Amino acid sequence: MLDVETRTTPIRVLIAKPGLDGHDRGAKVMARALRDAGMEVIYTGLFQTPEMIARAAIDEDVDVIGLSILSGAHLALFPKIFAQLRAAGLDDVLVVAGGTIPSEDVDPLKALGVAAVFGPGTPMETAVRFIREHAPLRGGE
Amino acid sequence: MRAENVSPRSRFHDAPPEEREFTTVSGELVKQTYTPDDLRRVGFEYERELADPGDFPFTRGIHSTHYRGKLWTVRMFAGFGSAEETNQRFHYLLEHGESGLSIAFDLPTLYGRDADDPLSHGEFGKCGVAISSLADMEILLDEIPLEAVTTSMTINGPAAAIWAMYIAAAEKRGTPRAELRGTLQNDILKEFTAQNEYIFPPEPSMKLVVDTIEFSTHYMPLWNSISVSGYHIREAGATATEELAFTLADGIAYVQAAIERGLDVDSFAPRLSFFFNCHNDFFEEIAKFRAARRIWAREMRDRFGARNERSLWMRFHAQTAGCSLTAQEPENNVIRTTIQALAAVLGGTQSLHTNSLDEAIALPSEWAARIALRTQQIIAHESGVANSVDPLGGSYMVETMTSEMEQRVMTILAEVDDLGGVVPAIERGYFQRRIADSSYAYEQALAEQRKIVVGVNAHRSDEEPTIPILQMDPKGEGRHLARLARVRLERDPVRWRESLEGLERAARSGINVMPALIDAANAYATVGEITNCLRVVYGEHRQLLVV
Repeated sequence: MLDVETRTTPIRVLIAKPGLDGHDRGAKVMARALRDAGMEVIYTGLFQTPEMIARAAIDEDVDVIGLSILSGAHLALFPKIFAQLRAAGLDDVLVVAGGTIPSEDVDPLKALGVAAVFGPGTPMETAVRFIREHAPLRGGE
Repeated sequence: MRAENVSPRSRFHDAPPEEREFTTVSGELVKQTYTPDDLRRVGFEYERELADPGDFPFTRGIHSTHYRGKLWTVRMFAGFGSAEETNQRFHYLLEHGESGLSIAFDLPTLYGRDADDPLSHGEFGKCGVAISSLADMEILLDEIPLEAVTTSMTINGPAAAIWAMYIAAAEKRGTPRAELRGTLQNDILKEFTAQNEYIFPPEPSMKLVVDTIEFSTHYMPLWNSISVSGYHIREAGATATEELAFTLADGIAYVQAAIERGLDVDSFAPRLSFFFNCHNDFFEEIAKFRAARRIWAREMRDRFGARNERSLWMRFHAQTAGCSLTAQEPENNVIRTTIQALAAVLGGTQSLHTNSLDEAIALPSEWAARIALRTQQIIAHESGVANSVDPLGGSYMVETMTSEMEQRVMTILAEVDDLGGVVPAIERGYFQRRIADSSYAYEQALAEQRKIVVGVNAHRSDEEPTIPILQMDPKGEGRHLARLARVRLERDPVRWRESLEGLERAARSGINVMPALIDAANAYATVGEITNCLRVVYGEHRQLLVV
């Protein structure tokens, strides 16, 4: 866990919607909540392929990726997303996930590298606090 | 996550009543007591604002006998996995007393993509049934008495193509299209504002919708060409007022577009139907349904000059609010759904879907779907509420809330008119911004415990849910993909190619594409092939990002 006071630049977060799932209420609410908490938030919009998500993470130079998914396709899509992130050398980016993800799927996702899974009903503040405490520090900080 | 048992003790709940704000789930102020003074304030007058059930402006209901004449249709939205699995579920629901079918399609189908499209990876059958071609549709409808049940299809972007497959499947079995009864959701405008299942840009999308209205008006008189939907607008985070106002604005836009095609309003308006959400706030929802009927009747008469009484009728389906369900202590969702269903019935719905208790976690299991079905049957047959029409009519509170709902909705309709109508308002992000603002305001209210959700931000327990979760047949996807490959191999290639060429010609020329779509369906063109053919002509929609 990191000391919040040591940061000198705002945490940069990419909120991404993988797959064909159009439910963006949670993604938009979290984008606002993180922005209101002082972070810099980039929202990809819908229908992002694993390649697009990795590309956006590099282009936007983010510290954190939040994957929002409500279609149930997470076990099929997340391994591909992590393969793309690793291929792009994004090993130190914090990846969290939110959406309708059954509890039995949480361990397989964590094994992949998802740091936290925020299911339905998670208070916004819980996710904000987790990201603030776990986002990697930048070089020089 | 912290899991201590938080009670709603805060300045909002411990303060004396005179210092607290009492509001609906949408944030509208609610008075301590409503009296005849409130009715005078909102300009209530029985004959003008209410009238008897079956009389203009139909606030109390479109029929004088209402549920005495015909109980609402118990219509459970269902679909998952392959056509075989969903066909089995349909038979199960019909055997247990369901009275109409409602087909849920999976995401690839909803976006007009075949199951073997790279973008379909991982999505097969997850949110509904996968339908790639007529071959799947034939299995889906196997042994379903299409002449006896009405079928509702929740499909929007590729609605015309999927409808063509339904028509083709029915006619192959000997049921002529003119006898088919059902509803196509076919409401593309709310996809741009709320649900995001669009394919083509707004203008060609509207053209396709008007094609279906025109086709049903001429050839399928028993079919509801559109179900103008507020449900998804509400799920995306809109308030009750916004749900109703945006839905009515969309309805007005479809009527306007059909009139511009040259159709007489009274020839098609009787076959427009509506679909609303039914959320937790009991009286607010009842007021919403009553206001909906009144506003629609007045708009159809005064804005469009409709004369046929049926054109003035707002007929609607209601579904309890998926977004109100909790993953925590999912058994409690049965109680939420019961309260919501009761509001829909007291609001006079024509048909109803009750959500299953497991829907914040997964698609409904058979066990959970049966409880949801029984909820409706208990309301219908045990509670006594269906005996009298509009039993809350005349309540100081309900009439005041109905009139206030109407006034707020009319203000929004005027704003949309000022922006030049629904499509220009979409292009400027008007609806999207309002929905995003309302959903964030609601989340903040939850965070501050101004609003309470039991088991989520108050009265929590640590227990993990122990309910059965729907397991899909792991062989379903392989079976579907094999069938799709076989269809491509075995169909008549000349007929297939000619049908798609004919479709492209029809789309380019601007004529009604429904005959060409039915031809393509009969030639076993897939939904992906049909959509790609139209995409070449119409282009693709890009979302305006509004956070």
